[in-house]
Amino acid sequence: MKKDRIFSKSISGKLIFLMLILLSVIIIYPLLWILMSSFKDYMSIYQDVWGLPEVWHFENYVRAWTRGISQYFVNSVIVTIATLIGVLFIASMLAFGITQLKGRIGYVAFLLVMVCLLLSPQVCVLPLFILLRGLGLNRTYLAMILPYIAFRLPMSVMLIRSFFVSISKEMEEAAIIDGASLWQIFTKIYVPLSKPILSTVTIMTIYYAWNEFLFATILVDSSSLRTIPVGLMVFRDGLMTEWGVVMAGMVISCIPLIIVYLCMSRNFIRGLTAGAVKG
Amino acid sequence: MNTRKKNLGALLFCLPGLLILAVFVYFPLIENIIYSFQSFSLSSSSKTFVGLNNYKELFSDPVIWQSFKNNVLYAVVSVVMQVFFGLILAAILEDKVFRRSESFFQTVFFIPTLLSLTVVCLLFEFVYNPQMGLLNSFLEAIGLDSLTRIWLGNRDTAMLSIIAVSQWQSFGYVTMLFIVAIQKIPSDLYEAAIVDGAGKIRRFFTITCPMVKQMFFVTMVLTVSGAFTVFNEPYILTGGGPGTATMVLSLHMYQTGFVMNRMGYASTIAMLIFVITAVLSSVQFFSFGTGKEERE
Repeated sequence: MKKDRIFSKSISGKLIFLMLILLSVIIIYPLLWILMSSFKDYMSIYQDVWGLPEVWHFENYVRAWTRGISQYFVNSVIVTIATLIGVLFIASMLAFGITQLKGRIGYVAFLLVMVCLLLSPQVCVLPLFILLRGLGLNRTYLAMILPYIAFRLPMSVMLIRSFFVSISKEMEEAAIIDGASLWQIFTKIYVPLSKPILSTVTIMTIYYAWNEFLFATILVDSSSLRTIPVGLMVFRDGLMTEWGVVMAGMVISCIPLIIVYLCMSRNFIRGLTAGAVKG
Repeated sequence: MNTRKKNLGALLFCLPGLLILAVFVYFPLIENIIYSFQSFSLSSSSKTFVGLNNYKELFSDPVIWQSFKNNVLYAVVSVVMQVFFGLILAAILEDKVFRRSESFFQTVFFIPTLLSLTVVCLLFEFVYNPQMGLLNSFLEAIGLDSLTRIWLGNRDTAMLSIIAVSQWQSFGYVTMLFIVAIQKIPSDLYEAAIVDGAGKIRRFFTITCPMVKQMFFVTMVLTVSGAFTVFNEPYILTGGGPGTATMVLSLHMYQTGFVMNRMGYASTIAMLIFVITAVLSSVQFFSFGTGKEERE
């Protein structure tokens, strides 16, 4: 104990503290700068990079919103919610099915899901493009939603299954004696007990679907369906020098996830680390 | 009979998920393998079988080599900056001395993880901007004018500048993973070591490091396979240029397929990415299993 206190007053302790502060500045400063510049017009960014805005151009946000961000925002919300619902339903059913399958077939089903974890989306993106175009889906939201669900399933199933396995069998056995169907066991026993893991999967999925870029930029062939990550690029190209408006758009696009984080930061961190910790 | 009926019911639960995986993961993977032996463009209706020609080209394509080197550089820097540095940072933050400020630093370092890659890349476009960019203005402000340059337009600095973006965004996330791992270490191990008179550095090497070995391994695979599939940063910031200075494998695949319209060869590049990442993740998959921790 005493040693620790000496350490904290020592030069090395202060040096480390200074380094941590420096690191924080490197992280925070560019973010504050974006926030600050999003209220400036082009000339005042260009002439005075570091200064506070002389005139606060709140209209940058209105312009960003009306010049396209609103459309991208709505698209992102639709795709994220649809993906989330799909992942929660399909992954928990699949996880439940796997735990209920007796014998080797259950193991095979589980393995078929887990092997997908080895696959990076880059490998499938060309054939997926051709497949979705062939199915006529490349001008619909489904061009994002379906691949998103598919690529979120393995991790989600893995997490949900491991939670299902830990649920005690007593209630289930009692329910079977009372003549409950599998569907009833699933909806009345497993799902209600699994709220913690389902909220983890929810956060992972929202985070993924809101930020996904590769599929959204390659698989979708319609400018009216762009989600925020893709839309921002077009937005930047279209607005060339109106940097303030572009930055306002960037700030708007970050708000939803920051709100989710502020509301449930503990869950959020657990959600983002669960895959790695248990994988 | 009863088991069989029950299995049939359970299988119905699996059906939607397995179907989606079959159509959107397994089928494209198999298609990709077939495409890699063919030559065709996006508009053509027929595909010609070309045998191993695409694979031969893969090994003689100078851009592949350049991309591969960039991916390796990406991996090396990421491992040093995120895994090694992240572990040390996590150990520092978990130290008693910094307990009071830990949550502040932890939150700050985690913020970039919340931002989408597009936002981060656009942000760094402003940072690297040669005229009014934050980096050059900063260097001028502290009198280091000679160090200012066109960061993304210069062959020597472009790749490292892009790699720096990833480090900025991801080191906090890896640090968070290590913090989670360190918090799981039973504290009596440390107490016993303190009684034995082991100093901080000694405790770090003899207790922390061995106890977070698994997490170390996980983050290692995570960052390395991330480095071999990186796409967004070079795509947004440089498009692979100047020349092919910042080309990486997935960007080369994308440009070959969708810009040069050579889908067959692009699929062959995808196979290369597949082999590299599949080997990496199966190492993790099979050596640490997925079932070990799950009943915790």
